[in-house]
Amino acid sequence: MKVALFVPCYVDQFYPQVGIASLQLLEKLGVKAEFPAAQTCCGQPLANSGCEKDALPIYRHYVDTFSDYDYVVAPSGSCVYHVRKHFDKLEQTPAVQQVRTSAYDLIDFITTVLGVTEIPGTFPHRVGLHLSCHGQRGLHQANESEITPVRDGQLRRLLGSLNGIELTELDRNDECCGFGGTFCVSEAAISARMGQDRVADHERNGTTVLTGGDMSCLMHLEGIVRRRQLPMRVLHAAEILNGTLS
Amino acid sequence: MNHATRAAKFVGDADRTTWHDETLWFVRAKRDKAVYAVPEFQDLRELASQIKDHTLSKLDTYLEQFEEQAKRNGVHIHWAADAAEHNAIILDIIRQHNATRVVKSKSMLTEECHLNPHLLSNGIEVVDTDLGERIIQLRDEAPSHLVLPAIHLKKEDVGETFFKHLGTAKGEVDPQVLTEAARQHLRARFLAAEVAISGVNFAVAETGGVVVCTNEGNADLGVNLAHVHIAAMGIEKLIPRLSDLAVFTRLLARSATGQPVTTYTSHYTKPAAGKEMHIVIVDNGRTKQLGRPDFRASLKCIRCGACMNTCPVYRRSGGHSYDFTVPGPIGAILSPNIDMKKHSSLPFASTLCGSCSDVCPVKIDIHTQLYKWRQVLGEANEIPASKKWSMKLMGRLLTSPKAFGVGGKLARHGIKYLPYSLTHARHFNVWAVARELPTPPKQSFREWYQQQANTPA
Repeated sequence: MKVALFVPCYVDQFYPQVGIASLQLLEKLGVKAEFPAAQTCCGQPLANSGCEKDALPIYRHYVDTFSDYDYVVAPSGSCVYHVRKHFDKLEQTPAVQQVRTSAYDLIDFITTVLGVTEIPGTFPHRVGLHLSCHGQRGLHQANESEITPVRDGQLRRLLGSLNGIELTELDRNDECCGFGGTFCVSEAAISARMGQDRVADHERNGTTVLTGGDMSCLMHLEGIVRRRQLPMRVLHAAEILNGTLS
Repeated sequence: MNHATRAAKFVGDADRTTWHDETLWFVRAKRDKAVYAVPEFQDLRELASQIKDHTLSKLDTYLEQFEEQAKRNGVHIHWAADAAEHNAIILDIIRQHNATRVVKSKSMLTEECHLNPHLLSNGIEVVDTDLGERIIQLRDEAPSHLVLPAIHLKKEDVGETFFKHLGTAKGEVDPQVLTEAARQHLRARFLAAEVAISGVNFAVAETGGVVVCTNEGNADLGVNLAHVHIAAMGIEKLIPRLSDLAVFTRLLARSATGQPVTTYTSHYTKPAAGKEMHIVIVDNGRTKQLGRPDFRASLKCIRCGACMNTCPVYRRSGGHSYDFTVPGPIGAILSPNIDMKKHSSLPFASTLCGSCSDVCPVKIDIHTQLYKWRQVLGEANEIPASKKWSMKLMGRLLTSPKAFGVGGKLARHGIKYLPYSLTHARHFNVWAVARELPTPPKQSFREWYQQQANTPA
């Protein structure tokens, strides 16, 4: 099994520890992933801004970088969703099709491809899970509250297998945090308010460690937590599951 | 003014935003409970979606069948290509009866066509009889929600409006008292009305009849008292058979308000003896949308408003921030069809979280269409030039790993070494108005990875 690690652009630059934790976690689970140095970004920021045409060269670069791998794993459901869904704008060569089907979110890869249901480890904290929309609704990594009251999902199960962990129950299980890519800038006022409401839900319900599978939502929520100087740590789930923190 | 500017104004009143958000979330939660209680709800959604897809694929046939049946029932049928024709036809019918007093039950189509101002300027008194609609009519405002047109108002606002227009006591906020005042005020209008206008929730091709769903019974009161009934319907309101209706009535009220069914589901098939019934069938841009394959499914909408109640952006920005008859996520995919320039910011008033698509009772892929509208707008140069150029620059940067590495380094060092007052200046960096920037790490992941590779094991 030839596996590549895709580290989203902003994770590469601002959250290298998330890339490191992803790499190490995969290794612990028996997968040695490579990091192709030519990688940059999936092109989502441009496409979501209405500039899909300008993003096509980025898509092609992505395909050139990753088409030789059986799986391309990324600690971000949003980027994976973008590759799977929106690379339909490219001519569907075997390489493009390969890249689209091989793209996996880290948690999805661990659960679905590796078939892992439990992670050995201890994390004695009150952990609040932020479900990211693209992973949840786009890649079906967790149940949607619009469909069912059952709050189940891949990450909830994996985190729940850690010793000593306590998952907080939110008032609004899967409401969007308001990041939304360039939305966070073009609709800054609403974006901030949504993030503040999301953090408040965690605060109200006793979260001390806020986590999720998508660093982009967490970057936005962390920005609010730090502005308000709350005693709440914000970590990508890979960091918790890898046992790099306790 | 774009959506973001209007939204920022709304969210500026933090308490009102909290109240607005919680009120609509309450409706969403009620909807969830009602939906969870029906085990076959997802099958119903699928069925409704397929019925609508089918109807739209043969819309011409069903419209002709509907017209033929309705005429056989003794109903006058009128066709309107646009809002102006719709308004002219209705004014003409009213004038033919030398009428001046009209009552109107809820109809978003007549809002879309701006019928009220047209009738008023022609000397016709037109009174909205849905309570929420009447409140905003008195205030000379547009509805801010499809089902809850005055949801942006608190009871204090209503008290103030009724004090001004209906003569209730100043400072009166008791809902019972205010409702009674509205009831007495409307009753007099109902009794005096010569013509009643209604909207149409569903039009049945097989029977030629129209169905109107209300919770207040105001449509029935208007129609049964007046001599003339005019029903205004968009061409997309059709369903093929009467037996299809049950699928939609089960979905509509549950999705809209969490009720098992609306209080009144009234069928109007033919005029009562000695009375007249007219149906105005309106296009007003709908065939244009039908001709856009990517956006055709938006015509399946049954106007339940569930996408608004669930939309985290709508709940915090209010319906007026959309400045379109149909606000919220569905409005954001319908409006650019009508006027791409005016409504160019609406498809961007979303995080693309997808909740709207998941609540939609007819499975419209709303968030996918929002994404697609963005591309159409980008191609048509209807996005801000600054955004367009920064994205072009970003495109260059992100196709070259070298440039990307250098650019990233510059950004990290910028945040690290520039003074906080500069990196977090709200005029240059809107992110930093409410959020801290990430703390830049010493090295990027790629630098770390390279170092590992160079370090002998």
